Amino acid sequence: MNPSTLKRFAIGLLAWVIAFIIFFPIFWMVLTGFKTEVEAVSDPSLIFTPTLDSYAEVQQRADYFKFAWNSVIVSFGSTLLALIIAIPSAYSMAFLPTKRTKGTLLWMLSTKMLPPVGVLVPIYLLFRDTGLLDTCTGLVIVYTLMNLPIVVWMLYTFFKDLPKDILEAGRMDGASTLQEVLYLLMPLTLPGIASTGLLSVILSWNEAFWSLNLTTSQAAPLTAYIASFSSPEGLFWAKLSAASTMAIAPILVFGWLTQKQMVRGLTFGAVK
Amino acid sequence: MATLQLKNVIKEFGDTHVIKGVDLEVKDREFVVFVGPSGCGKSTLLRMIAGLESATDGDIVIDGKRMNDIGPAERGLAMVFQSYALYPHMTVEDNMGFSLRLAGVSKSERKDKVLDAARILQLENLLDRKPKALSGGQRQRVAIGRAIVRNPSIFLFDEPLSNLDAALRVQMRVELARLHEELDATMIYVTHDQIEAMTMADKIVVLQGGEVEQVGSPMELYHHPRNRFVAGFIGSPTMNFLPVDFQDANADGVQVTLPGGQGCRVPVNGEELAAGASLELGIRPEHLNLDDNGPMSGKIQVIERLGGATSLYVQMDHGMITVVADGDIEHKVGDTIRFGFEPFRGHLFREDGLALESLQRHPLTAINRQANRAPADSGDDQ
Ligand SMILES: Nc1ncnc2c1ncn2[C@@H]1O[C@H](COP(=O)(O)OP(=O)(O)OP(=O)(O)O)[C@@H](O)[C@H]1O
Ligand SMILES: [Mg+2]
Repeated sequence: MNPSTLKRFAIGLLAWVIAFIIFFPIFWMVLTGFKTEVEAVSDPSLIFTPTLDSYAEVQQRADYFKFAWNSVIVSFGSTLLALIIAIPSAYSMAFLPTKRTKGTLLWMLSTKMLPPVGVLVPIYLLFRDTGLLDTCTGLVIVYTLMNLPIVVWMLYTFFKDLPKDILEAGRMDGASTLQEVLYLLMPLTLPGIASTGLLSVILSWNEAFWSLNLTTSQAAPLTAYIASFSSPEGLFWAKLSAASTMAIAPILVFGWLTQKQMVRGLTFGAVK
Repeated sequence: MATLQLKNVIKEFGDTHVIKGVDLEVKDREFVVFVGPSGCGKSTLLRMIAGLESATDGDIVIDGKRMNDIGPAERGLAMVFQSYALYPHMTVEDNMGFSLRLAGVSKSERKDKVLDAARILQLENLLDRKPKALSGGQRQRVAIGRAIVRNPSIFLFDEPLSNLDAALRVQMRVELARLHEELDATMIYVTHDQIEAMTMADKIVVLQGGEVEQVGSPMELYHHPRNRFVAGFIGSPTMNFLPVDFQDANADGVQVTLPGGQGCRVPVNGEELAAGASLELGIRPEHLNLDDNGPMSGKIQVIERLGGATSLYVQMDHGMITVVADGDIEHKVGDTIRFGFEPFRGHLFREDGLALESLQRHPLTAINRQANRAPADSGDDQ
């Protein structure tokens, strides 16, 4: 073996080890979901007879599909709403900047540095008084606001990469601002818009703080579903694992299917 | 009919004064070239005419109508960008037909118009391609085709040839001139290349620092530059400038002493010169003649042989001077040569840079490209 293949082999091995360490808890969780409660707490063994008992019990206790549907509604709903608001904002910031544009962008990002718990009480009270507690509408609003800074930022960077001339040529050709956005800007930055949307979906799907605090049953998404299994009667590892597996499965598949798109979008600027 | 007037047009970006009061008259079917060094405001002026940039002050009048507050599309102009600015996700056909699609023109009519334009530019075979599958020259033609399809009253070009290689640039230059004839349209063309300006323009507008230095036909600018800047900018190689001593002025011109001590009477109007005025003589390299009895002399430092002509860079006491001589001369580096010029070829510039007016107009100054045409198809020259 010559030194360069040896080096590549070593790097490859290291990558696999790190990947395995990162992945191990998830792997263990999936495995635990197929064990009985007794096996789950006894010796950590890889050899056991897989059983679907935990899944059945979990499904008996709470309707998985209702939670999953809520997750779909709030993550896609908030993403759609965020894009509808963010595309025009990013357009104006990228193509019609003023002296205050840079400041506004920084300010938006700085809101992400505030701990959400700091505004929990006011938001909770607001939601209570407006009847938004435990509604999908309420969660959509919160998630939209939560992701808006990131979505605007990402779109802004994608839009900025588009040569201004192309939009100006469109304007000379008689395009209104809306037509400019629909026929030129959006098709040309679609990879960027798509990856921004995907990221927003994933962030919303995984969000737990607001969903746990603002929903109880009607609008509870999968994050609340998992939490409901760490119950006061004690921890049931197998059932908790089964529930968790079911909760992350859709987004894992979704992420896997769209990873090409994500990478293409995130490296969009590099290829012009 | 398409005419354009700019009346005291001003553009400021914040505190930067980019265009400082431009007045201009563009006649119907004229080919006007804006030329000037980088950053002088050519693009800004063109973009204001296009409506992509608002004017801070002044009037932009197209066909007698003030257009300042009217959007770019409604002005009836078309623009060709330096970067081509083709729509990368559309085919050539869709690129060219985009304006018609926005205007709600039916598909078949759109196709006809695009085909017409494609035929003029020999693009028929490329209609289904995307811009990225085209060469630079082809992209350029598509960008021009997109402008033609709009059937604009005025075409605007912003350095359309600067991304092409030298050979293609010459070819496109000829093609644009042909197009101007064929479409009989008013065209405004921005470039920093004075050769493009000289070869294509009916009228050249020389800009510097946001101000118009001179407007005139190519031959007028060449033979009668209004000031030292225009004199130096137009013509290649650049005009030589030498300090001279003012002797006297009369009806035949201004008597000056050349470096080296000999006198010369340049036929320009010097009535208003005060005694002892400091003057500069401007003389183009191609107007200097090798002459063993010439009034000036110097030592050759560099020789550039172009075949047909030879450029000599000659060291004189006051500095370097360029002489363009015949291609067949046998001089070598280090030789001392003598040279002179016909007095009417000289230009005299005052200390403030303004040229003293020639006593005779050069006979070619009235000639522009349109007048260059054969008499049969003239008559549209107003
Ligand atoms: N949006 C803007 N904000 C501030 N200054 C600007 C803006 N656009 C142009 N300028 C300034 O105006 C001046 C003229 O710019 P312009 O692009 O018109 O020059 P130009 O003559 O076309 O030059 P070039 O030959 O390099 O294209 C430059 O000094 C430029 O920095
Ligand atoms: Mg420019």
